[in-house]
Parts: sequence; structure tokens; C-alpha cells
Amino acid sequence: MAGKQSTFTSMTVTLLVISATASVALAGVYSLTKEKIEQAKKEKLINAIAVVVPEFNNDPGAEMMLVDCDDKDKLEFYPAKKDGKLIGFAVKTYTDKGFSGRFWIMAGFLPDGTISNTAVLEHYETPGLGDKMDVAKSKFPIQFNGKNPATFNMKVKKDGGDVDAITAATITSRAFTDAVQRAYDALIKLNNEGGIK
Amino acid sequence: MNKTLKVFTNGFIKENPVLVLLLGMCPTLAVTSSAMNGLGMGLATTFVLICSNIVISLMKNLIPGKVRIPSFIVVIASFVTIVDLMMAAYVPALHKQLGIFIPLIVVNCIVLGRAEAYASKNNVFTSFLDGTGMGLGFALALTVLGGVREILGAGQFFGMNIPIYPNDSQGNPITILVFVLAPGAFIALGYLIAILNRITKSN
Repeated sequence: MAGKQSTFTSMTVTLLVISATASVALAGVYSLTKEKIEQAKKEKLINAIAVVVPEFNNDPGAEMMLVDCDDKDKLEFYPAKKDGKLIGFAVKTYTDKGFSGRFWIMAGFLPDGTISNTAVLEHYETPGLGDKMDVAKSKFPIQFNGKNPATFNMKVKKDGGDVDAITAATITSRAFTDAVQRAYDALIKLNNEGGIK
Repeated sequence: MNKTLKVFTNGFIKENPVLVLLLGMCPTLAVTSSAMNGLGMGLATTFVLICSNIVISLMKNLIPGKVRIPSFIVVIASFVTIVDLMMAAYVPALHKQLGIFIPLIVVNCIVLGRAEAYASKNNVFTSFLDGTGMGLGFALALTVLGGVREILGAGQFFGMNIPIYPNDSQGNPITILVFVLAPGAFIALGYLIAILNRITKSN
């Protein structure tokens, strides 16, 4: 191994110089990309909201509010308004019943509680099985659209409900249904507490 | 010149990091559930390999022998963090897909392996060629592995449906699900290595 002789001073100085240079370089890259990363995150959120509720022209991100759901966690509600009139909610909701832990979906509701559309935000379900809950991969989530959980039994058929489960991914189907139900429950709670102007 | 060229082409077949040296198996097996993932991971690793090879070969005479490994790791980790931040900013979708495996490039044996075995003993230009060749070889292997798994397991290639693929009565492609799961990675990798051995040994 070529290189300088290893004395205490040379080793200390070398490591110090390398670490300091690396820190400066990383700080530079971080400050360069910080804004872009935040923007990408925000865009993703707005895109997901736009998918699940009817066309709006307010900034739902700015009007976001937190609503308690039954298990003491808070869900993020994004009200969608057109010309000041409430036309729907996008709810960032989750479930812990997933096959590989918690996953997040965005559920869109009309003001009367009817499901308008859903979108998967982040998940760890099995590729090829559970990930079919994504609308890009199967028609499973479409069956929720236009249904009102008040009349549509939010359980998979195996459990006596109205939801057609994904073949070979009943656990994921149950979890997805659970997430939508959680959002719906919170929405009802919000309405009972006086709703939103 | 011929020898320099050889440094570059070594990584593709003769010393392919994945299929011959069997280095960097963790990301190889974990992220190659589709061709796009394999390619993205491969290119991210290529970038890190090239940068770390260049910097380490530049610094090889300045680093005392006893602290060379910590020095290499700091250099590699810095480049990985840069890639991580850049990907999060400019290709957020792919970044989300690859997830934890981007930071884990730091401990990918192939990167430290090339730094220790090649860049610390050779000049900047050949180290650059070595990094490029090895990185592209890694990317190639990952893309092929991802492609095979995606075709067999999901009936798609780079996210696109394959027209001649057999469909069942409902119009869904008939797939062998195990290939997109972890065991399928081992099976596909095993066959790829076997095929490559057959080709190289018969020559």
C-alpha cells in the first residue's frame, strides 16, 4: 500500500481534512436541493389531492386541518373548494392492517360522505399481490368510487361486506377498506362537531 | 491502449460485479423487482463508483495506510448522500421506489472493493475507466435481472405491457408471481450466473 507514513499527526490531520471537506460539500448539496425536494413533496401531495376530489381552485395544502380519529391519531383533512364553496375533502388516511405494516392512502369524499376517488400514497405491500390496490395495477380501488359508506358495507365479501377483494390479497383489501373507513369515520365526526364552513 | 480498454470492458462480462464476483448482493436481490428499478440502482451505484474511484486515486499518496479504510468510507458516504439528495430532488418517484437501498450503496462491497483493490493503486484515468466499467457492468446485470423478473413475474417490461404475452380469460397476463418476490430473485440470479458460466466456459 503506497501512501504516507502512518503517524498520529498525519492520521489525525488526514481524517480531519477529509471529514471537513465532505461536510462542506454535503452542506452545499443539501442547501441546493432542499427547496427542490420540498417542492417535489408538495407537488406530490397536491397531485394526490387533485386525483381524489372534483376540480378545485383553492390551496388545500394551506387550509389543511387535523381531525382526531378513534385511535387518538390525527388525520390530515384537505378541504377542496371551488370559488369559496366546499366541494369535497381529501383525507390522508392510513391503516395498520397492511400485510407489511402501515400504509397511507388519500381518500376523497364529497361533502355528503360519498367516496369520490382514492389514491395510494405510500405502501410496502407485496409486489404483484397487494400492490394491486394501486389503480395503475388493477380495478380494485375503482369499486369504491361513487359509493357512500353509509349504505355500502365496507367489508370484503369474505367478511360479509360489499367489497370485492383482490385475488390472493385479502389482507391488503381489508386494510385498504379499513383506511377508507377510518377517513369516513373522521369525516362523520367532523360533520357532527359542526362541520366546516 | 489495448490494456486500458481492457480495464474498461473487464466489468461487463469477465469480472462482472454481480454475475462473476458476486459482490453487492443485497441491493441486487432486493431492488430488482423491475427493470427500471435495476437500471436506476445500477446508475446510482455507477455514479458513486466513478466519483469515489477518481477522488480516492487522487488522494492515494496523501492518505496514511492505517486510516485508508475510514477515509475511503467517508468519501464514498459523501457521494452516496449527494446521490440520495439529488435523486430525492429530481427523480422523486424512482427515489421512493429504491428507498433505503440508496443510502445502503455506502456498504455495497463493490464500491469499497474497487477503491481498495484498484483506485488506491492506479492512476486517475484508469481508475475512472475501472469505475465506469464496473458500474455499468453492475447496472447491466441489475437491469437484466430486473427485466427477467419483471417479464416473468408481472408480464411487463420497463412498465409496459408486452403485446405477445399470453393472457387469461379476463385479459390479465399469466405470470409466475414468485419472480417478483424475494425467492424469485435468487432463482433468476442463479440461472443468470449459470447461463453466463456456460457461455464463458465454452469459449
